[in-house]
Amino acid sequence: MDAIAHHIRHEEHPTGLMRWLTTTNHKDIGTLYLWFSLTMFFFAGALAMVIRAELFQPGLQVVQPQIFNQLTTMHGLVMIFGAIMPALVGFANWQIPLMIGAPDMAFPRLNNWSFWLLPVAATLLVSSFFVPGGSMAGGWTMYPPLYIQGGISYDMTILAVHILGLSSIMGAINIIVTILNLRAPGMTMMKLPLFVWTWLITAFLLVAVMPVLASVVTMLLTDRHFGTHFFNAAGGGDPVMYQHIFWTFGHPEVYIMILPAFGIISSIIPTFARKKLFGYTSMVYAVAAIALLSFLVWAHHMFTVGMPVAGQLYFMYATMLISVPTGVKVFNWVATLWRGSISFETPMLFALAFVCLFTIGGFSGLVVSLVPVDIQLQDTYYVVAHFHYVLFSGSAMAIMGGVYYWLPKWTGHMYDEFLGQVHFWLTAIAFNITFFPMHFLGLAGMPRRIPDYALQFADFNRLSSLGAFVLGASQLIFLYVVVKCIRGGAQAGDRPWEGAESLEWTLTSPPPYHSFTVAPQVK
Amino acid sequence: MRLKEPTTTRPALLAAGLLLSLPALAEYRFPLNLQPPVTIIGHRIYDLSTTINWICFGIFLVVFIPMFYALWRHRKSIGHEAHHVHEHPLLETLWTIVPFLVLIGIAIPTTAVVVEMKDTSKPDMTIKVTGRQWKWEYEYLGEDVKFLSNLATPREQISNQAPKGEHYLLEVDKPLVVPTDRKVRLVFTAEDVIHAWWVPALGVKQDAIPGFIRDSWFKVDLPGTYRGQCAELCGVDHAYMPIVVEAVPPDKFAIWMNDQKTRLAEARAAASKEYALPELVAMGQKVYQANCVACHQANGQGLPPAFPPLDGSKVVTGPVEGHLTVVFNGRPGTAMQAFGKQLSDVDIAAVITYERNSWNNKTGIAVQPREILAFRESQAQKVAAGK
Repeated sequence: MDAIAHHIRHEEHPTGLMRWLTTTNHKDIGTLYLWFSLTMFFFAGALAMVIRAELFQPGLQVVQPQIFNQLTTMHGLVMIFGAIMPALVGFANWQIPLMIGAPDMAFPRLNNWSFWLLPVAATLLVSSFFVPGGSMAGGWTMYPPLYIQGGISYDMTILAVHILGLSSIMGAINIIVTILNLRAPGMTMMKLPLFVWTWLITAFLLVAVMPVLASVVTMLLTDRHFGTHFFNAAGGGDPVMYQHIFWTFGHPEVYIMILPAFGIISSIIPTFARKKLFGYTSMVYAVAAIALLSFLVWAHHMFTVGMPVAGQLYFMYATMLISVPTGVKVFNWVATLWRGSISFETPMLFALAFVCLFTIGGFSGLVVSLVPVDIQLQDTYYVVAHFHYVLFSGSAMAIMGGVYYWLPKWTGHMYDEFLGQVHFWLTAIAFNITFFPMHFLGLAGMPRRIPDYALQFADFNRLSSLGAFVLGASQLIFLYVVVKCIRGGAQAGDRPWEGAESLEWTLTSPPPYHSFTVAPQVK
Repeated sequence: MRLKEPTTTRPALLAAGLLLSLPALAEYRFPLNLQPPVTIIGHRIYDLSTTINWICFGIFLVVFIPMFYALWRHRKSIGHEAHHVHEHPLLETLWTIVPFLVLIGIAIPTTAVVVEMKDTSKPDMTIKVTGRQWKWEYEYLGEDVKFLSNLATPREQISNQAPKGEHYLLEVDKPLVVPTDRKVRLVFTAEDVIHAWWVPALGVKQDAIPGFIRDSWFKVDLPGTYRGQCAELCGVDHAYMPIVVEAVPPDKFAIWMNDQKTRLAEARAAASKEYALPELVAMGQKVYQANCVACHQANGQGLPPAFPPLDGSKVVTGPVEGHLTVVFNGRPGTAMQAFGKQLSDVDIAAVITYERNSWNNKTGIAVQPREILAFRESQAQKVAAGK
């Protein structure tokens, strides 16, 4: 009896704004992360709409070059740090305790603090548009010496990056400790759902590389204001060193954004193929191998910087090698589908599109890993196409699929399947119309990060812009479906997907406030 | 000829050629592939790119034909039951090893191209390329010929007040002229921020980095005009610093080189001449259009706060010495460059005179080239004396 009374007291929490400000509950914090991410997704998406409007035809129509550079820079920065990463952390917060049979995250207060740093950083980034000189316009990669020329918004960006990094490191530590210590009895490491595995490995990547980013932007700050010359050749520094340090962070960062997406896909495909994931063990090793290799390939972002033959060859070979474990993952997904009992609900559609389109992004990655070919394609629209295939049809579409997949669990209601499918098809088709032509633009010689272009690029750009407007507008359907699902809908029941097997489906929908108050036994 | 024509040697490539070279109009309006290469490295890259794309296409089919077959035949809606097979050691080993072998197959020819493209030894001539915000400077080493290459597209075309020309944004006032059939080595550096010199048809893209020297090379097979752009974000006018390379037969190149030397000598003579105010203003306007207008704008209002206005500026309407110092040495830490190193005495005299007598600035003062020369010498003395 005492235990129950104690339990009930724990269920009490403030309501209204104070609930969200003071919450230490993993599900509330997960929800905050996801809403924050969606807000930033729409903000950065709106910037992309202006970019595509300017690129609709040659000449300057909508914005001047200075503003254009601000838009591309902030679109990249906000999508990466504001939309994709927080969404994945939102999934981690919601799902990891549910999937390992824990009552909450290991450090609930740290969890609260990790989240509430984000709006602070976002405010700095968004408000930097309104300071004299406008927001940061040096590209999300912040290369000096260009970065040194900027105004106050460049310092605001450095501060924002520090805050975001702090949030990520704390979130990552929390995730690692939770997974290693709060697993239900019998939940051995090799029984963890693959989503949990991908996040465990991602969290180690975060802890390893966010300090690298923090140090390199601090060096930028001291170069800007305190007379150091880390990156100034005239003072004995080296602008190329910045790029080496930045990409030591930047390449693992790419995998930070894709590995949890692999985890989401590896949850969805077995459910709707009504088969267990094929090659679970090799999937775990493949994720670990990709993570390890991600530390060893950074300079493939720098082939045109100029380095010795041996350096170029090493980074080329190491980069090509990544396609082996990545291939293993794709083969395993296809093998999971093989002789399954497949149905095509919205999450599955997103997952299948992910497998096809992410693979296209993987292929274009292999193409640019070849040094001579990269010499032609570096800093062109081909690269823009490549990273949108891995980050939009990769990470972002996996996130959308994951939202549809777990929304019934999170809200207790089924989402609107018809609208979900409309959202999927519009997104998938408009995405390809937007980004596939960019491969051709890059091959034909259009550099990226330009507000205006030569006439032979005009038709593909117009097509791409039209696709982008549809793509942007389609996301409003997503917002509507999510809100509608939260407000009501058919009862989901504990296990709305008959093929779903992990622990969260043993709980009610929505799950109790403290998830697993009694640890489940895993056989 | 060592080069293989891709479309005549391999059947697969022939198919690609047919697929991609639809009507000429479509090819122009919807360019689908790399620009036609005119150097050996360009050809090698083209071939590699074609090969890797076909390999990817093949793998795509191998992976996704079974997947779509499964999606079609193993649907729940036609009553297909799941067969519970979760591992298959042989298959898993194969799909790890086979891709690895394919990669080795790709890596071997690629390695040869990397080694070849990095070999800048034994050039017939060397040109120093300096990236600046937002123009290129070319210096023929050992020839004492040096000039700036600026965007030639008029601002009216960019702001849609005039119809756009055929080579919109890909045209310059002075192209880089090189001889065909000669190994030309380029050494790259930059004055302010990182730029990248890229001409697709030559197969050359190389970052130009302030304080560092990098090199690359090309040997053009066919005379012609080849166009490219800066490929590294370098600030406001990144889109507006194109590259035009004119490849001419060696005999024509020799004539061109002599002509350049004569003109330089004439320009030096012109510097000792006395000019009238309207003459200087007219010349200055052209210099201003080429060098200053991006930041300070045609109306002299600038784009504050990053780029201050010149109209009514205290520096511009104050003593010539102060104005000259800024134009000559730039303002460190800002986008204002040291034009003393880039422009001739006549150009600096003209542009200063123009700025001092345009918009609401009516100083009526004509600054003569010899004053610039005197200033240049005094600066040099200061540097020699260690300031």
